[in-house]
Amino acid sequence: MDAFTRLDAKSAPLPLANIDTDQIIPKQFLKIIDRKGLAKGLFFDLRFDEDGKERPDFVLNQPAYKGAGVLIAGDNFGCGSSREHAPWALMDFGIRSVISTSFADIFYNNCFQNGLLPVVLKAEEVAQLMDEARGGNHVVSVDLETQTVTSPSGKVFHFQIDPQRKQKMLKGLDAIGETLIKVDSIDTYEMKRALAQPWLEGA
Amino acid sequence: MHRMPGKTLYDKIWDAHVVDTQDGEAILYIDLHLIHEVTTPQAFAGLRANGRPVRRPDRTLAVADHNVPTEGQGLGVDAVADEEARLQLQTLGKNVAEYGIEFFPMGDIRNGIVHVVGPEQGRTQPGMTIVCGDSHTSTHGAFGALAHGIGTSEVEHVLATQTLRQKKAKNFRVRIEGQPAPGVGAKDFALAVIGEIGTAGGTGSVIEFAGSAIRDLSMEGRMTLCNLTIEGGAKAGLVAPDQKTFDYIMGRPAAPKGGAWEMALSHWKTFFTDEDAVFDREIVLDAAKIAPTVTWGTSPEDVVAVTGNVPSPDSFETPDKRASAARALEYMGLTAGQPITEAKVDVVFIGSCTNSRIEDLRAAAQIAQTAFLNGRLVAPHVRAMVVPGSGLVRAQAEDEGLDAIFKASGFEWREPGCSMCLAMNPDKLSDGQRCASTSNRNFEGRQGRGGRTHLMSPAMAAAAAIAGHIADVRDFL
Ligand code: SF4
Repeated sequence: MDAFTRLDAKSAPLPLANIDTDQIIPKQFLKIIDRKGLAKGLFFDLRFDEDGKERPDFVLNQPAYKGAGVLIAGDNFGCGSSREHAPWALMDFGIRSVISTSFADIFYNNCFQNGLLPVVLKAEEVAQLMDEARGGNHVVSVDLETQTVTSPSGKVFHFQIDPQRKQKMLKGLDAIGETLIKVDSIDTYEMKRALAQPWLEGA
Repeated sequence: MHRMPGKTLYDKIWDAHVVDTQDGEAILYIDLHLIHEVTTPQAFAGLRANGRPVRRPDRTLAVADHNVPTEGQGLGVDAVADEEARLQLQTLGKNVAEYGIEFFPMGDIRNGIVHVVGPEQGRTQPGMTIVCGDSHTSTHGAFGALAHGIGTSEVEHVLATQTLRQKKAKNFRVRIEGQPAPGVGAKDFALAVIGEIGTAGGTGSVIEFAGSAIRDLSMEGRMTLCNLTIEGGAKAGLVAPDQKTFDYIMGRPAAPKGGAWEMALSHWKTFFTDEDAVFDREIVLDAAKIAPTVTWGTSPEDVVAVTGNVPSPDSFETPDKRASAARALEYMGLTAGQPITEAKVDVVFIGSCTNSRIEDLRAAAQIAQTAFLNGRLVAPHVRAMVVPGSGLVRAQAEDEGLDAIFKASGFEWREPGCSMCLAMNPDKLSDGQRCASTSNRNFEGRQGRGGRTHLMSPAMAAAAAIAGHIADVRDFL
């Protein structure tokens, strides 16, 4: 997993509530075999019209927001199916952090598996960031170490995050590596199980 | 004297699988890992990038189901016209070969929908932990196994460690007591439960189904019920194993044999909820009060008895719910207050991991046969398709002559797979088409862009095919 410490990047405002994972990445893009390459499907129906042309009014299509690294979104971002393709598509597009008032559970978890930082702020703070992002200067700073977001005009907002998740994200630790620290316990468990439930061995 | 309170079935399975704890999470041992083509390629790529082996290939089983076309499977992956889908299937084939995982490829008679194949092979057993990168893994809870869906990073985690990092969920019991009316079964129970608790009603919980009506259900019925637990928001569904469970498993390819069978039986019999166990929540339903049930909207909680009318958005409590009901009616092309049986169907889909087992096909075939003997066929404007859950289900149905009944009545008899449950293969609804479906999700666009899905039981779907509109199965018995 990519480590996340601090990010200074353009922010794009997407003031819609309940953006589900189908909208983030529709099912026709689930046929890939890679984590990469999903950028083309990100927000597909929002970004493109029926003829496949870019919708000029969609924020990520506007020149000012090209290369945005932070998305500022409405309530309940990432609801719906469990597809991990949603955080992958965001990452592939270059988004490393999403700021909202709330996230759906599974999406929130999936972000942490992938080094995408979901930041929960208060409604008025998100509104402030949304406002400033619409202005001429869109660059925000997201600092995981100090748990702060600094707006383009220099306002500083604090966010909460689970301390263990924070540590793993800062170091880019992957869950598998962590679990494998306990490999002796797994070995022991398997030995005991092989004795108690021999019919499950060597199927 | 103090004694410990009793344990629930969920508590017992959980306790038996905690390997260790770390950072406030349990490391839970996984007994069976089922995999398919859509949610695994990135997991194998991750293993490869880190030089990690698959810890227990022998506890892993692979099938090809989500993408496969429902005809021409004898050709193997060459039958797949869509290039990306074909590559995904080929990638699964390569990965399982490289890591030594058992695989039932397209065309193998044992292949089929992952949640049909596991139980059919005797891989699914009581007291196990089972995971798969698909949310309807809850199906396997019918055997008293703790089973749930996981994301792709977790698939990789299980491949590498044979464990999953988890926090414990709450205990929720749903009791269904009494005798259901004729024509009412597991699908109606499931829809009634979701209608009762809502799609988020089970959030953070594992639901144990109990009561006399559950005991009376066949294993197929219990699988249908547990399959739909996820649509109630629950992490998993469970039914305590009993003689029916053991009888179902006995003699299947992966069932314990000889002396091991007796050993397994005594192990399995320890998995039940103690009399004095405490649940965080409990509800009781009367089976006799449950009618044949269908959905009218775009969420599985939008249910109505087949004798009922499409509800009015005004009848909902909150502004949010009123707004989504109005949107659902618009999308579904229905009018508030109209009898649900007025809804004319274009397509009937009998299949999916919810309802594609032999008993489901028998129930649908019986309706078709009775109608046939009364001189009625599938309505001329309806495309009706039957997609068996696996090659073995298909073969058994053919042995029993069910395919002949279906074909004579005007149903298409297809090859196994997920098919129109999620429409990743060529079986799709087109814009505005209405479908009576035995699957599990009626979301907007689930069965094809603009498609309108009504969930119901296999017998009800067969009745709809013949009537040409949503119909009460009791008129066809
Ligand atoms: S039939 Fe539908 S719900 Fe079941 S495994 Fe396939 S896609 Fe998932």
